[in-house]
Amino acid sequence: MALLDMSDIHAGYGGANILNGVAIAIDAHEIGVIVGPNGAGKSTTLKALFGLLTVSQGTILLDGKDITNRAPEALVRDGLSFVPQEFNVFPTLSVEENLEMGAFIRRDDFRHLIDKVYGFFPPLKDKRRQAAGELSGGQRQMVAMGRALMTEPKLLLLDEPTAGLSPRYMGEIFERIIEINAAGVGILMVEQNARQALALAHRGFVLAGGRNRFTGTGAELLADPDVAKSFLGGGE
Amino acid sequence: MEAGFLASLPAQELVFFINRGLLAGLIIGSVYALGAVGVTLIFGILRFAHFAHGDMMTIGAFVALVCVALFTGGESIAGLPAAFVLMPIAMAVTALAAIGIDRGFYAPLRRAKVRPVVIVMSSIGVMLMMQGLVRLFAGTGTWQLEAGGAKTIYRLPLLGRDVILTQPQALLIGFTALAAIALHFFLTRSRMGKAMRAVSDNPDLARVSGISIDSVVRATWAIAGALAAAAGTLLALDVTLKPDLAFNIILPIFAAAIVGGIGQPYGAMAGGMLVGFTETFAVFNWSVLLRPLQPWLPDFIDIPNRIAFVPTEYKIVVPFFILIAVLIWRPTGIFKGRVVK
Repeated sequence: MALLDMSDIHAGYGGANILNGVAIAIDAHEIGVIVGPNGAGKSTTLKALFGLLTVSQGTILLDGKDITNRAPEALVRDGLSFVPQEFNVFPTLSVEENLEMGAFIRRDDFRHLIDKVYGFFPPLKDKRRQAAGELSGGQRQMVAMGRALMTEPKLLLLDEPTAGLSPRYMGEIFERIIEINAAGVGILMVEQNARQALALAHRGFVLAGGRNRFTGTGAELLADPDVAKSFLGGGE
Repeated sequence: MEAGFLASLPAQELVFFINRGLLAGLIIGSVYALGAVGVTLIFGILRFAHFAHGDMMTIGAFVALVCVALFTGGESIAGLPAAFVLMPIAMAVTALAAIGIDRGFYAPLRRAKVRPVVIVMSSIGVMLMMQGLVRLFAGTGTWQLEAGGAKTIYRLPLLGRDVILTQPQALLIGFTALAAIALHFFLTRSRMGKAMRAVSDNPDLARVSGISIDSVVRATWAIAGALAAAAGTLLALDVTLKPDLAFNIILPIFAAAIVGGIGQPYGAMAGGMLVGFTETFAVFNWSVLLRPLQPWLPDFIDIPNRIAFVPTEYKIVVPFFILIAVLIWRPTGIFKGRVVK
């Protein structure tokens, strides 16, 4: 059974819809990547999935359970975690406090999860007492992802995790995403760096105008000359 | 030799300065600090200036008065004023009232996603309503929270004179210090305190992290309401209880919150003290400290009987001046606070 099954999603911010029938399906332990030009509805798809805007048509199933239009607070308990593109840390809280806030819904002892996050992102361990707002962009992204992992989600949603990062950090973040996925967490991410992202995707979705244009495995999409020509900046 | 040295010190003037300057500033600063912490917490979480805060202090003091009347004859309990012993009840009642006021008046506006200024206006409405309610039940006269009226007075001999502090004043200073420490541990150690800082930092991210905004809002009102009730009760014990007890000090309280950096609890405490001391020193008669120098000054300099920066009647302008100075030179407050958008 699919971990996530979004079918025929229509949604918008009031007024005209931005999504006009998006379909996303990924299986457990897979990495799904959404790419496409600006205004294609990539981030909007994640927001609709995470209950941040109203879905007017279509259904979203998580592990077979209908989660369409559930509130974000409830979705966190259902096993979804969301890392927004910007403003994704609590700047005056320390790194460790940011992670604790990720575990707000847990009433059990989550010490071992903090250690696990430090295992994924070793630089954070040294900076655990430092305010997250003082960290570099790449380290802030690590805090944001670490915070989202504290609920032990089934599916982690990442909105452009490498936006604005130097190539060095970009590679590091992609490596960490593969490691986190290998540890059993499904991942659905929106990426501007389409080529690198599709290279690590089990499932790729090319959106344009609020609809699916191409859907396939990451390798299929990378090999498709139409996709390459229209969306990956020429065939190279 | 030593006695000669002591005698040469202007003891009377120094002790007068301690009593009327340092201690007076500390006392009023404590009241401002307790009020400003509530104002700044509410602003940090809910992003609006709560003008009804002063009257929440007054209501808290009146709840304490009712408790005293209900449970005691007004006599002191274990050497402490009955109103102070029963203050936890007043704090709890006011905390619940604050949560109720939020549910009834501010929460519906938040749900309607109005602009913050609309909620500020509604808080002015709540302020007028509370003032009316207090006058409806308690009249416009003054009340004594402590029956008998004679306060226990602590005297600490210094240089042959007495440093004087009444018991309510000592309780006020002590309570404020304890409240500051307790608040610090709450905000940095407890799950709910950290969640409050998280919501203040980034409400959208708090929501997607699964932090229950409703319970954070409730905790904020409970703390702000309880501290307001304590400030009101302790202030009323120091002076007298009247319906405009705290309405008159809402301006210095806002000045303290803004000076401290809005949204910063420690800043609000420091801001409260700063405004309290500045106000007191502005009206302090500095002539008292200068007069002992007269014998050493040439004859043509005659120290007048009264040298104060501001006449006592104009004390209320001092917070205005502090506000203007801070907003010009350090617009986000002493501790870097939130920029009001």
